[in-house]
Amino acid sequence: MDKAHILPANASGLRFRDDPVHEEPAVTLDAFLTQPNATAVRVEAGEDARRLIPHFDRLALVEVDFPRFRDGRGYSSAKILREAGYTGELRAAGDVLVDQMLFMRRVGFDSFVPNAPVDEAVLAATLARYDFVYQPAADAAVPVWKLRHG
Amino acid sequence: MYKYDKYDQAIVDARVEEFRDQAARRIAGALTEDQFKPLRLKNGLYLQLHAYMLRVAIPYGTLDSRQMRMLGHIARKYDRGYGHFTTRQNLQYNWIKLEEAADILADLASVEMHAIQTSGESIRNVSSDQYAGAAADEIADPRPWAELIRQATTFHPEFSYLPRKFKIAVTAAEEDRAAIRLHDIGLKLVRNGAGELGFEVYIGGGMGRTPFVAPLIRPFLPAEHLFSYCEAALRVWNRWARRDNIHKQRIKILVHDLGQEEFTRQVEEEWQAILPNQSDVPMVEFDRIAAYFVDPPFEAGAPDEIDRSDPDFALWVDQNVVAHKAPGYAIVNISLKPIGGIPGDASAEQIELMADLAERYSFDELRVTHAQNIVLPHVRKADLYALWQTLSENGLAEANLDLISDIIACPGLDYCSLANARSIPIAQKLSQRFGDDRQREIGELKLKISGCINACGHHHAGHIGILGVDRKGTENYQLLLGGSGAEDASLGKITGPGFDEDGIVDAVEKATQVYLDRREEGERFLDTYRRVGMEPFKEAIYG
Ligand code: SF4
Repeated sequence: MDKAHILPANASGLRFRDDPVHEEPAVTLDAFLTQPNATAVRVEAGEDARRLIPHFDRLALVEVDFPRFRDGRGYSSAKILREAGYTGELRAAGDVLVDQMLFMRRVGFDSFVPNAPVDEAVLAATLARYDFVYQPAADAAVPVWKLRHG
Repeated sequence: MYKYDKYDQAIVDARVEEFRDQAARRIAGALTEDQFKPLRLKNGLYLQLHAYMLRVAIPYGTLDSRQMRMLGHIARKYDRGYGHFTTRQNLQYNWIKLEEAADILADLASVEMHAIQTSGESIRNVSSDQYAGAAADEIADPRPWAELIRQATTFHPEFSYLPRKFKIAVTAAEEDRAAIRLHDIGLKLVRNGAGELGFEVYIGGGMGRTPFVAPLIRPFLPAEHLFSYCEAALRVWNRWARRDNIHKQRIKILVHDLGQEEFTRQVEEEWQAILPNQSDVPMVEFDRIAAYFVDPPFEAGAPDEIDRSDPDFALWVDQNVVAHKAPGYAIVNISLKPIGGIPGDASAEQIELMADLAERYSFDELRVTHAQNIVLPHVRKADLYALWQTLSENGLAEANLDLISDIIACPGLDYCSLANARSIPIAQKLSQRFGDDRQREIGELKLKISGCINACGHHHAGHIGILGVDRKGTENYQLLLGGSGAEDASLGKITGPGFDEDGIVDAVEKATQVYLDRREEGERFLDTYRRVGMEPFKEAIYG
């Protein structure tokens, strides 16, 4: 499976992208929508990520906040952005724990800034554990129904 | 029935190892209990009053004798020799050690079973009609659809940290034996005017503290879009449900707050957005699954007569045996409600015996019912007597299906850490009070008991429901009348002030007396209640 790079900008971050780290700080959704030059945005849980869809051409980083790891709204935000064609960095930030990162990768997150550092050996094992998945998502994994029928 | 291929097996095996690793990290202190809790709950492991409880998934209530035997083996090896069949067609063990949980999962995986998503804020085990594939009144077997849903919802990456639990039920018969309108999503397989298969989609039902009967959100969903439509509903809910109050986070509250029309509009809009993802399971995969559910080789010309000369046997046939679609065959209900017993409990020996009987008499198949009984779906009528004799010798031939002693009861304060009151002793007392000929005189009467407002015992849906509450530190029981989980779904109404343990048994007796006094030809308790209303019952109970 894929391998994480340590995020240089933030000592406790992880990044699954090869492009250079985006330098601009993320602004709030409201600020982003009113500042035509902004290129990075932070989406809180409960905000409508669809509002970003008309602005993908200037958008390089979306940071989705997880106030509590049990709050799963950010998974839908990520999936919606990827479905709509967003290809920039999609970052999960906040109460992000190692046991949630596999599903986060599957819905399209490709960087993480967790509140507490994660054990990279555990993360590597977690991300490599499942060889098969039952449903298509925003990652490259092929659902088993496709494998079954060639 | 469905058999795993290498993919299904690999996924379940990986989950065993994942859980083993998570439990080890918890025991080593690398995970806090707070962090571990949702992980173990996603695997059916609850911390209860006295020990861990493990809930094993029995997808849509169907299992074979090899699997049933394993459930008996686990009861003996890791528990105290018992298993408890639940209202979600699952099985619970009440005395489990965390250190052994992964070994149990490995034993389960060896017979194509698991405990995935049997609790926690996830998409739960899908439930269905316990007579599926055998019932005379279904338009097609609903179980291939249920299996399709099982796979598509297993480890769904977007919907694994939901606002609350989420329950789906599927039926294909006119008679609703799966209480679909009391589910988050209830699906009824239907044909449209052109003869095509599709679903009536009900969304937003549920019990608990704020019960709702689900409204019809879509009268006809083409069958091939089943999963994408469920995803659309899940996404609308996951995004916009309240997250600030655990009691207001189920989808039923969102449907209620938005209103049926606006909720429907949002789901339809989301569905249009989701359709291009092509997340629907293709029909060639459905056909692969459906091939596992073809009829067993019923014997042509199997004799249709039953020798009723033994009156005890005849009584059991009349009460517990149901019409089968194939001539010469019958559906057998094995009651797990012996008079004075614990509803839904079975010993390891009884579980193994039922496995043997399924192998011998029912094409190797068993079902678990939401009423906490076991079904042998395909029994030759010619074998009924021999089967009944063996059941009788082992305390499994109680002839009380759908009678007042066929009680649904949650574990209550004897096991459950959320309980306000005990359920089991009430069930035992009631079944002793009525478990003679009186219950036959009363006829069909579905009595359901919950030990707290969470309603695991479905008290809202009982013709008579009992709810345990805490009144100034003592156990108190409220009485409800008029609920139904069937196709005529309705919610029971509270009669008035509650009762103590003996008082509730007396109150039920008074209610049944009103029914006996006032019933008209052919009326069940529920029908009489609906006709005469609450007042006469109130008068008799409190007057
Ligand atoms: S209804 Fe309450 S007491 Fe009964 S099992 Fe559910 S949570 Fe426990």
